[in-house]
Amino acid sequence: MTRGVWNLCANILELRGVTKVFKTGLTGKPVVAVDKVSFALREGEILSLLGESGSGKSTIARMILRFLKPTQGSIIYRGKDVWRLQGREVLEYYQEVQGIFQDPYSSFNPIHRVEHHLKQALRSLADGKKNFDEDNVIREAMERVGLNPQNVMGKYPHELSGGQLQRLSIARALLARPRLLVADEPVSMLDASTRVDLLNILAELRDEERMTIILIGHDLSLAYYISDTVVVLYRGSVMESGHVDEVLMRPKHPYTRLLLDSVPQLDKKWEHRMGLENGDQDYDELSKGCKFAPRCPKRFDKCEETPPLLTLGSRRVSCWLYADRQS
Amino acid sequence: MEQHTVSRTKEFLHHIRRNRKVKAGLALFAAILALAIVGPLFTPYGPLEPTGEAGRPPSLEHPLGTNTFTYDVYAQTVYGLRSSLLIGFLGGLIATVIGILIGLAAGYMGGLVDEFLMMLTNIFLVIPTLALLIVIAAYIEYRGIMIESLIIGLTSWPWTARAVRAQTLSLKNREFVLVARMSGASGLRIMVGEILPNMFSYAIMVFILQFGGAILYAVGLDFLGLGPTKGISLGLILQQAVLWNAIQLGMWWWAIPPGLIIALLLASLYTINTGMDEVLNPRLRRLE
Amino acid sequence: MLLEVRGLRAYYRTLTGYVKAVNGVDLQLGEEILGIVGESGSGKSTLASSIILPKPPLRIVEGEVLFRGERIVAPSDTSGLTRVRYRHISIIPQYAMDSLSPTRKVYKIIKDLARGLGDDVLAKARRRLRRVNLPERVLDMYPVELSGGMKQRTVIVISTLLDPEVLIADEVTSALDVTTQRAVLEMLRDFKDSGIVRSIMIITHDIASVYQVSDTLAIMYAGRIVEHGPAEKVIRDPLHPYAQALISSIPKIGIHYKMQKLKGIPGNPPSLRNPPSGCAFHPRCSRSLDECSSREPRMVSKDGRRVACLLYE
Repeated sequence: MTRGVWNLCANILELRGVTKVFKTGLTGKPVVAVDKVSFALREGEILSLLGESGSGKSTIARMILRFLKPTQGSIIYRGKDVWRLQGREVLEYYQEVQGIFQDPYSSFNPIHRVEHHLKQALRSLADGKKNFDEDNVIREAMERVGLNPQNVMGKYPHELSGGQLQRLSIARALLARPRLLVADEPVSMLDASTRVDLLNILAELRDEERMTIILIGHDLSLAYYISDTVVVLYRGSVMESGHVDEVLMRPKHPYTRLLLDSVPQLDKKWEHRMGLENGDQDYDELSKGCKFAPRCPKRFDKCEETPPLLTLGSRRVSCWLYADRQS
Repeated sequence: MEQHTVSRTKEFLHHIRRNRKVKAGLALFAAILALAIVGPLFTPYGPLEPTGEAGRPPSLEHPLGTNTFTYDVYAQTVYGLRSSLLIGFLGGLIATVIGILIGLAAGYMGGLVDEFLMMLTNIFLVIPTLALLIVIAAYIEYRGIMIESLIIGLTSWPWTARAVRAQTLSLKNREFVLVARMSGASGLRIMVGEILPNMFSYAIMVFILQFGGAILYAVGLDFLGLGPTKGISLGLILQQAVLWNAIQLGMWWWAIPPGLIIALLLASLYTINTGMDEVLNPRLRRLE
Repeated sequence: MLLEVRGLRAYYRTLTGYVKAVNGVDLQLGEEILGIVGESGSGKSTLASSIILPKPPLRIVEGEVLFRGERIVAPSDTSGLTRVRYRHISIIPQYAMDSLSPTRKVYKIIKDLARGLGDDVLAKARRRLRRVNLPERVLDMYPVELSGGMKQRTVIVISTLLDPEVLIADEVTSALDVTTQRAVLEMLRDFKDSGIVRSIMIITHDIASVYQVSDTLAIMYAGRIVEHGPAEKVIRDPLHPYAQALISSIPKIGIHYKMQKLKGIPGNPPSLRNPPSGCAFHPRCSRSLDECSSREPRMVSKDGRRVACLLYE
């Protein structure tokens, strides 16, 4: 299914060597937030970008959504370079690609009633305008995400709960009938008991409409619950990527293992002490070679060089440990 | 999340009502405004109407005495107050509006627009405004209150523009602005519909400061003889009082009352401003 | 019993009336790590402040807090607190790590806090830093120079320098990455096991992480404790319908929605201004009885723990 200028491609979205460098402080010292990241999504896939703070995951989301321009590399949506779109094409891009953000309260302008945000999207993004009753469409979108319109219409953002607002964010995005949804930590600020409901909504969108979803987050259990594919990031680089079962059940990269060891799970209690990491190192200073090497229990001489992204079966892993086992 | 049952406006008004500085400032300002509105009703004289008595001290007939030119100082003061308030209001309004528009456009649009507008702003900041005013004033033969307000408004917007630009820069990366962009809203719509309303309280504070600044500016211009060529204002009264040695001749009633009113007026505005700052900035707000 | 909370009610005064953040809490703390778990609107952080830092607009309305049998908090009387605060009961408030003065080096912060205790405080601080694997030069650094995990470890070291018997830690791991989160939680466990502190109250919204290091767990909802007992029992076999729904809504690695669809708790967090009548959870409860809306459940003992639900009365 294509609209406008978009082509049918094997991959709906592709990142090719995307790099983002920020200049910080008075001296303008460059910080590489995203470092030559490449991955692709097939239509109808749910992909999780997993990483801790400083992994560059949100920066990637903002580059895909056209809020930040990559310093290098390209982002290709259905055969078109997202950052070469012009004029009307940008609007057409937002009809295809929508986003939701982490903080439900700052996603809504505090001075407007909530339906303002939905109307705005409806007026400029929905196809075949004027032939429908605006309020009806908005009501339908609200019901779609499990909200009772009577409870939210006419309210200001601060009168609603975080969960209600986050559902409204999805409802707003849906009005454009997008094919790709970029969800930047959509549940991390919500109560634990409401997170899974929101993920279920996203899963339904994929199952019923074949919507493609990029989920950005740090919670491995939530990522496992909903994703087909995961990409594990550390300080701007891909450490490991592949099918969720491969990566999260049989991790290869030492960093993925560390993450999995640290995740608290309700079905098992930590048995051994992991021991306190030595706080003596400033990881930012050590930018030569593998970025994880300074913390890695398995590092060896080779790690002073940047490891290539190796393909092992269906997964990819960036670690010298596996250099001789590449298939 | 706790659901709030009080609307923000209500909360704002509540804190306004509880803030002593705002209350005191508003009361003082209201008193001065009342004097400007009803003051002229209590004198039979016009501001530039000779009474036939020169240099008389305050009396029942002339509450603030008369000056060397036989004008009634009370009449001059209340009429002068009217025009000073008008200049402050108009000049402040013009400066606030221009400053907000330029700051908003520069901050939101960025790039070349930003560079050009900020260059313009910086030029206006560094050129000696007073010298510019002297030149402008010298070329316009007839100068009324409107012209004076316009001159003041057109020269005192730059710092507002810079402050608004900084505010815009921080607002434009907030998620709700990004959401509006994804919703296909145009740049103009986002500036006017999303960013500007969030600066409303800030705009009021800026206006209060510009109001006071414009009054002070006008007094300065009048004092230098660049004020209105016709009419009367508090600054003009002061200028004449000083020019004709009112204090040295013992005619304190000619110089003190208009000076005092200017001081009180500015004090009231700055008190309102600091009080509002406390109300709008929760960190300065004291909890019970 | 080190710390005992009896029938505590603590409300915030606001423009539109009281926010009933702690609404009848009974709790006993022995030599253990107690995890207090709650979602937004549960009053868990207020419980921490009302035990040790009650200040306006928070008011103790009813009940009392005892430390070693001595009353330290009662309505309109918190004078007993100054005696025990920091020396016997120490608290790490939420966002403590962001509130370290950015212009003072760590050793100056320590000196200010432990004024009049002599130089051995710094020597002790050095020993403690070594213990938690932080270099001594942390003392000569500014808080901004420390990473999140190092900062939080430093805060814990500072707040336990006087060897308090009770440590209350309010959301100390919520701003940290998972890898540093584990290190901080294990550090708390180590402080308890080695006797530096005798008991710890960890207040958090993250049930899975606090479960890893707690001996006992208390689950709060709308200003009350709904279930309290040994951590293992509460997690494996929760009794209260809220605890059951909460625990079963949390995904684990290995559960995919296509295999096992999880369900969240319907409805919104409770309003603390007008909490629902009877049992505050009844509007969202799948097992509610008719009388749940009218009668407040009492805390009863059942199966080795305490639970407040009419199903068990």
